Amino acid sequence: MSAPAPAVVVDSSPEASQKPNPNEPLGPFSKANIIRTVATGYVPLVIATLVVFLPLLWMLLSSFKQPGEIVTMDLKILPESLNLENYATAMTTVPFAQFFANSLIVTVVGSSIKVILAILTAYALVFVGFPFKNVIFVLILVALMVPAQVSILPNYILIAGMGGKNTLWGIILPGLGTAFGTFLLRQHFLTLPPSILEAAEIDGAGHWRRLWQIIVPVSVPSIATVALVTVVSEWNDYIWPLIITDRPETMTLPVGLTLLQNSEGNGAGWGILMAGAVLVIVPILLVFAALQRYIVAGLTQGSVTG
Amino acid sequence: MTIRQIHSSSAEPAGRPGPQPPVAAGAEAKPRLDRKRWSGRSRRDFVVFLAMALPNLALIGIFTYWPLINNIYYSTLDWTLGSVSATVVGLENYVTFFTSEDASKVLGTTAIFTLVTVGGSMVLGLLVALALNSKVRGTTFARSAVFAPYVLSGVGVGLVWLFIFDPGYGVLAWVLRGLGQQSPQWINDPQLSLVMVIIVYVWKNLGYCAVVYLAGLQSLPRDVMEAAALDGANSVRRFFNISMPLLSPTTFFLLITTMLSSLQAFDLIRIMTPLGNGTSTLIYEAYLQAFGAYNRAGYSAAISVILFAILLIITVLQLRFVERKVHYS
Repeated sequence: MSAPAPAVVVDSSPEASQKPNPNEPLGPFSKANIIRTVATGYVPLVIATLVVFLPLLWMLLSSFKQPGEIVTMDLKILPESLNLENYATAMTTVPFAQFFANSLIVTVVGSSIKVILAILTAYALVFVGFPFKNVIFVLILVALMVPAQVSILPNYILIAGMGGKNTLWGIILPGLGTAFGTFLLRQHFLTLPPSILEAAEIDGAGHWRRLWQIIVPVSVPSIATVALVTVVSEWNDYIWPLIITDRPETMTLPVGLTLLQNSEGNGAGWGILMAGAVLVIVPILLVFAALQRYIVAGLTQGSVTG
Repeated sequence: MTIRQIHSSSAEPAGRPGPQPPVAAGAEAKPRLDRKRWSGRSRRDFVVFLAMALPNLALIGIFTYWPLINNIYYSTLDWTLGSVSATVVGLENYVTFFTSEDASKVLGTTAIFTLVTVGGSMVLGLLVALALNSKVRGTTFARSAVFAPYVLSGVGVGLVWLFIFDPGYGVLAWVLRGLGQQSPQWINDPQLSLVMVIIVYVWKNLGYCAVVYLAGLQSLPRDVMEAAALDGANSVRRFFNISMPLLSPTTFFLLITTMLSSLQAFDLIRIMTPLGNGTSTLIYEAYLQAFGAYNRAGYSAAISVILFAILLIITVLQLRFVERKVHYS
């Protein structure tokens, strides 16, 4: 945003003193103004950033530490060396490579299907004529309010009965219906000006072409948001894979980490557990770093227009 | 051809409600055949709609709605998970829940956890948003940074914080030792374990509130704020009298979303306090009863039904409330 933000935090914004206000003779570079900017502008930012980063930094540093550096009364901040032994131990104690592959498959397959279903459903709800569309939308809204956790027992019985226990499709299938993505994309599609479809209308393009050639290209930020949120929640999903898998061959990373916690949950194992946590957290951190500007834009739309 | 199509679509301008644009299908038909053309079009739309929406709707039906009904049925059973036989006991599971100590303990824990985490992440999120809304360098980076924990695995984050809280070798214990204090037993003490999980939960979620509030702050009308400033309203008054009322849709949105996610909080509780000692919210108790040591499927289903009823009541109350109180610009 290049235009100055609304002066909500007036004390912290330098332009507060740039306003033609005779009661405030401070110039933008006056000493008092600079101190004020640092104290109310930078200090809270630095504190907020540190509160987030220090625990994660601690995780990373600890993942290189040997048991002797952790089981000690005086804290050693830096590891003695960038020793990857904890990672090796974590990978051999439990089949981490298998967990990683399972998580990858579940995330890629599950999110691709969910994003496509969300786009199709949202388009149908906004642009295709159908009776009782409002009723259907309310049912989707209500589904949004139903925590997946409420459904775990019946879904467990259903999927286990279908032979889906300890299978990847058993992990993926119950989460495929997407109320969140549908809701967010519908809200976004409603904000699109009808005029953008006029050209297609004149061309006589059908729904399918209108969706992929007009609606989807102008909705990339919202779709990216849905995709990112879906990828993140599939990757991090815990309760359902925890229940539906009890053999390491089909466990995803978070469930596998629990297995590691069970075998290394004593003081000496913290370094190994932190190595495991790094392996779960860092891939999502990288995805987030690449796509975060989409999620911020999309969340803005979801909250302000919703 | 083109002219006729434009004409035919402008000949019936306001007939269709909402944002649905006029559709060109069948536009070559003569105007007097309108009714026939429309029924043809809506039949086609009917099929298109089903083809596009049905897979998703069916999945939501089977794995979201059907379980709700099934849960109600299961909740009337005395049924051990894995057993092939079950006895219908009517409302006995509910009676057992509400007459045992579980009810006050679990409902109390759920209420405390939800209220403190929702309030904590919203208030802290708003404060962080105000800090992020300043015009200094580095706000973009800081915004991404505070948001990051929200997208991280609860299992990974729970382990990291469990290490920090470790009474023997954790950073917190080290800091407390420096202050001449003994680290409390965070995991074994029921009240402290709840405090611990709440702290971590707020740490993980406040960035979401901050980013949403920041978007709200940046969409506030600038002229109103300037007019108020010229009228001599100071920053605190402008915040409480102008920004906060204008932010009420954002606040309401956050209230719903954070309350729903707090009531679903599972990962951190499972990783940090597997036995649920002091941290058994409704969702965790339902999990423990069915998939912990007891395998009490019917009882677990009853708890899930109670949770769903609470969610439903909250949602209805919120919807009523929003119609009257929340400002939409």
